[in-house]
Amino acid sequence: MLTIKNLKASVEDKEILRGLNLDVKAGEVHAIMGPNGSGKSTLGNVLSGKEGYDDLDGEVEFLGEDLFELAAEDRAKKGLFLGFQYPVEIPGVPMVNFLKASVNEHRKFKGLEPLSASEFLKLMREKKEMLHLDSQLTNRSVNEGFSGGEKKKNEIFQMAMLEPKLAILDETDSGLDIDALKIVADGVNALKNPERSTIVITHYQRLLEYIVPDFVHVLYQGQIVKSGGKELALELEEKGYDWIKKETV
Amino acid sequence: MTQLIAKDIALNERYTSLFYENKEALEKGSSPILNRMREIAIKRFEKDGIPGFKNENYKYTNLQPIFEKKYQHIFEYKRVEVDLNDVFRCDVPQLDTYVVLLVNGWYYARNRELTELPDGVVVGGLQQVANEHPELVQDYLNRQAALSDDPMVALNTAFAKDGFFMFVPDNVHLEKPIQVINLMRAEESIFATQRNLLVAGKNSQFKVVFCDHTLTQGEFLSNNVTEVFVERDAVVDLYTVQNQNNQANSVNASFFKQEENSNLLTSTATLHGGLIRNNVKITLDGEYSHADVYGMSFTDKKQHVDNYTNIEHAKANCTSNQVYKNVLDEDSVGAFAGRIHVVRDAQKTAAFQRNNNVLLTDSAKMNTKPQLIIDADDVKCSHGATIGQIDEEALFYIRTRGINEADARLMLMNAFAHEVIQEIRVEPLRDRIDELVDKRLRGELARCHSCDMN
Repeated sequence: MLTIKNLKASVEDKEILRGLNLDVKAGEVHAIMGPNGSGKSTLGNVLSGKEGYDDLDGEVEFLGEDLFELAAEDRAKKGLFLGFQYPVEIPGVPMVNFLKASVNEHRKFKGLEPLSASEFLKLMREKKEMLHLDSQLTNRSVNEGFSGGEKKKNEIFQMAMLEPKLAILDETDSGLDIDALKIVADGVNALKNPERSTIVITHYQRLLEYIVPDFVHVLYQGQIVKSGGKELALELEEKGYDWIKKETV
Repeated sequence: MTQLIAKDIALNERYTSLFYENKEALEKGSSPILNRMREIAIKRFEKDGIPGFKNENYKYTNLQPIFEKKYQHIFEYKRVEVDLNDVFRCDVPQLDTYVVLLVNGWYYARNRELTELPDGVVVGGLQQVANEHPELVQDYLNRQAALSDDPMVALNTAFAKDGFFMFVPDNVHLEKPIQVINLMRAEESIFATQRNLLVAGKNSQFKVVFCDHTLTQGEFLSNNVTEVFVERDAVVDLYTVQNQNNQANSVNASFFKQEENSNLLTSTATLHGGLIRNNVKITLDGEYSHADVYGMSFTDKKQHVDNYTNIEHAKANCTSNQVYKNVLDEDSVGAFAGRIHVVRDAQKTAAFQRNNNVLLTDSAKMNTKPQLIIDADDVKCSHGATIGQIDEEALFYIRTRGINEADARLMLMNAFAHEVIQEIRVEPLRDRIDELVDKRLRGELARCHSCDMN
């Protein structure tokens, strides 16, 4: 699904990612944990095609293609989804129009006819029911005036609508109360299947009680310094990141 | 410097001599109501002349270069050899309007008769109505414009012979909007002077849509004045769509006087055109009156659009709300200057103003200048202006959902304009303008009608 070899990226002469390696196979759930400033969000952004990073180096292969050759929108259409840590508010763009444009771009890419208005609304209704979302969000402008929890639920809703092959969820748990966290986690679990992979980027172990990872990686100073099973997350929760920092030094 | 002044004098003299040389032609066929103002007005014009950068109110727009060009002036109605009713089709499918055509500032002689107008409603050409029903005109014409210190308004008063006239009597609600199509059409460069007068009687309601178009590619210069009187309890909507060729320059002054408890909404969308200056003066002259003033422009190439507003809160308990938005591409230049004046004792005034601008290139330029003059103490006033670029974070967010960069930009620009568009109170017109703006932003809009008269 995704193979990252020696990935490097800088921002204004500061090296953020310093040779990161990761291999994600179809159906797997990977958790990437790490202290603040270790490069977690940069990893999500670089994979999704955000511009503005310098000295981009290394190899990233996604479904057999060189990811760096693809624009952000093409990565999305090939099945890569980024759930934002801070979803952007876009006043004046109704959520419904935004999602419809998005879904139909994905369909066009797959050679399918665009959905009619009624087909689209039906699909939206199904996904909302699946995720137990209230229907108000789609009547508003994209993320505008949404609470932190609503924004994160909206990310999961978009993921459900677009059915990506690989979802990267960047700190989707931050700022969520336990009920919202459960809705988000249930959403991720509901979409889980052997063809679909997930990378959960998180600071805390809490989310991993609900989304059980197959692998846990610790990102520190732009590299994956430790990998293990789900028990590694528990160990981190108990000992904190200082233990890793010492070990790395 | 002396050379510059000499040049200014020469330019102004050209227009004053033009007036005196054609005084007879100007007066011929015109009502005394128009004629008696002419000479006073040309003297008023002579005092300041065509505004250049030295005129504080025109500091962002120098009108002199466009007035220096040679134009043909038309002092009487010229017959149009084709039937414009057949040629012009405004293709707004659900927009059921009464359509009125004007050509080069003159009321088109073969306008279809407007049947079904409620009793007492008068729609016609200013020249004809002033001659046939002077009682409808004399108490209104120039009552606002004469107070203006703008030399361009005086120049209009000196030269104006015709334009759009509308009178809606007390208590009459006109359901269907009136659509006034201003067509510019000539083989050579022409100068047009259009004078419009609209009167909304007590507790009356009407909606007017002005569409400014060019049917030919020539150079045009229009110097227009519109006076609108909104009597007590009346509700008036005035929408303007400016979509002319890029050699068409215009100076448009609109005056609105509002009486007690009246409600005005005016919204201007500028799509294509050359140099455009829009002056809007609103006098809230009766308590509890309200004005919404909206404007948006989408410019590229060498377009120059300058919106100048002046909201006068002359009585207590009035509210006004202004939102102006501009999207500037390529080498275009925009300006917004908005003045709010709250006079002494106009207590409990609430006046708001906002101007937001997006620059799409490094060479596009925007000037913005809010001005609040508040002579009362119990008021709520605010203003804000922003000049920015497309939000890169939002752009990335949209692209990660599979929408390409060009479409994502369009989505954001449409959203930016949407705040102004959504305030249009005629639904089919709102949808239509939404569509026009989208086309304009895509660079696909040349004309907004299916008229093929080029």
